[in-house]
Amino acid sequence: MSTAPSVRTTGTLTPVVPDGLPGLLADGWTITWRNLQRLRRSPDMILFAVLQPIMFVLLFSQVYGGSIHVAGTDYTDYMMAGIFGQTVVFGSTFSGSAMAQDLKEGIIDRFRTLPMSPAAVLIGRTNADLVLNCISMVIMMLTGALVGWRFHNGVPSMLAGVGLLLLFSYAFSWVTALLGMMVRTPETINNAAFMVLFPLTFISNAFVQPQNMPKILEVFANWNPVSALVQAARTLFGNVGTAPTGDTFTLQHPVITVLIGSVVMLLIFVPLCVARFKNTSSR
Amino acid sequence: MAIIEARGLVRTYRSGTVRALDGLDLSVPEGTVKGLLGPNGAGKTTTVKVLNTLIRPDAGTATIDGIDVLARPQDVRRIIGASGQYAAVDENLTGLENLEMVGRLYRLGRKQARARAAELIEAFDLVEAGRRPVKGFSGGMRRRIDLACAIVINPRILFLDEPTTGLDPRSRLALWGIITDLVAGGTTVLLTTQYLEEADRLADHISVIDHGRVIAEGTADELKAQVGGHRLVVTVVAESDTAIARQVLTRVGHGPVHEGSSPRELEVPIDGGPQALQTVLSELSAARVELHDAGIRRPTLDDVFLTLTGRPAEDTETDTTEENR
Ligand SMILES: Nc1ncnc2c1ncn2[C@@H]1O[C@H](COP(=O)(O)OP(=O)(O)OP(=O)(O)O)[C@@H](O)[C@H]1O
Ligand SMILES: [Mg+2]
Repeated sequence: MSTAPSVRTTGTLTPVVPDGLPGLLADGWTITWRNLQRLRRSPDMILFAVLQPIMFVLLFSQVYGGSIHVAGTDYTDYMMAGIFGQTVVFGSTFSGSAMAQDLKEGIIDRFRTLPMSPAAVLIGRTNADLVLNCISMVIMMLTGALVGWRFHNGVPSMLAGVGLLLLFSYAFSWVTALLGMMVRTPETINNAAFMVLFPLTFISNAFVQPQNMPKILEVFANWNPVSALVQAARTLFGNVGTAPTGDTFTLQHPVITVLIGSVVMLLIFVPLCVARFKNTSSR
Repeated sequence: MAIIEARGLVRTYRSGTVRALDGLDLSVPEGTVKGLLGPNGAGKTTTVKVLNTLIRPDAGTATIDGIDVLARPQDVRRIIGASGQYAAVDENLTGLENLEMVGRLYRLGRKQARARAAELIEAFDLVEAGRRPVKGFSGGMRRRIDLACAIVINPRILFLDEPTTGLDPRSRLALWGIITDLVAGGTTVLLTTQYLEEADRLADHISVIDHGRVIAEGTADELKAQVGGHRLVVTVVAESDTAIARQVLTRVGHGPVHEGSSPRELEVPIDGGPQALQTVLSELSAARVELHDAGIRRPTLDDVFLTLTGRPAEDTETDTTEENR
């Protein structure tokens, strides 16, 4: 520090962005940008977004693919929707650990003393998850194409499938963001994600057919929201073939179930998150 | 009305068992610097956090420039800058990016935010470090980024919670310079500090806080006058002589005898000035007590602190250094 500061200590710095929607959008973008910088600088996240999907696609198609047979369709076609679902659900947990991390580092206190829109911190956070999940989706689809995965219902339906996966994951990001602000330790979020989401994604129709599970697990798998998500994607990609489908409403009408479920999640958790954010302080 | 006004602030923690603020009143006139002093846990940080909209009090009212902090926090945020006790910066952004982000969130627009960031990075002597992620910064550098974030808009009201804790002497002097310039430009500052010298140098008015209340208020000189006149200090050569010296000082002085920086140094408040010193010297020499040093000094803020709170001012280097990670 020079002892004769060259900084302007008088004079006005005037806000140029108006309040209301323009302000919200500008702030949301600033925070998204900030989170993407973080993403760019932490290789572990890139690793997660890029390498893990590649690894899963290769493992399931090449290692298990030869041994697992599903009724009514090709296994590579079958399991790709499972990997899409699993990956985006895990990708949504970054919002939880990142909100907890931000609280721990104290930056949330900085945000809360600024005249920014409080929702912007959460919008920027969940947006960053969305970007990460978009990257993962592209990587998975390319890797899938390499090992023989094809969509059979045409491009619009395929895009609808991608959109639905991303919508669900975006809504789920708000759920984990709330959890992150409540537990306040990133490790807890990561552990909880592992402990809860791993069983949830495996006791589902993601990689195997529930009718081959013990009865109690089959019932669980058929009602599992992850199954509905995977079934919706599988349907829109045209990968179901003649594979038998559980008789629950959620599996019989997976697309509408996921659509409504995602919207309901947003309607509940966006206001909860913003309210929580307004009343939270780092230390 | 003063630009910062707080009345009867109460804030409890752990479902009411800890009363961090217990009816605190505060008033800071525009364009002045108010220093908050107090021992650890006195409620300084809690006071600042209520005023800068971070936490809501359980009872009481507060206004900033006439704006009700509880009813219109967003309007308050437009005119304040704040730096908390612990640096609140984004570890993954560079120094420049942190400042640019804050400028954009003050809605300055990208261009203005960038220019201001560059200017601040220079003023805080972080030009080289400014392009690296904060993660690799030293505690003091991180602190400087945080302080720079607080003055991005040249705020009308600036809250600084222990701003120079963890800064080296050079950076401390530079920050004092920046604060002085800001105040000259009309900024009102509320600062907490553990360095009494800092309060002496910067603050127009000081409020001493303990147990969530203001227990004394005034200019540094007024506070010093409150704790009485001069102090008489003697240092004996042999530790065995301290008992005799203590007896003499008790008789001559007006108040309790305190141990100084070593067990052989004793001090006591006095009324008389030079006479008291003469008396002490002749009595000690009659008792054949050899002295290293003897003299009279004026009261300092340390004496104020000690007298009012019953505790010496914290040695901040040991337990409240800025770095908490
Ligand atoms: N989040 C919290 N949860 C529980 N107790 C708290 C919390 N924050 C502060 N306190 C308590 O409130 C009291 C006042 O704390 P505060 O941080 O305001 O003190 P301070 O004067 O800033 O102290 P220091 O000099 O150590 O920074 C303390 O007893 C502290 O333990
Ligand atoms: Mg404090």
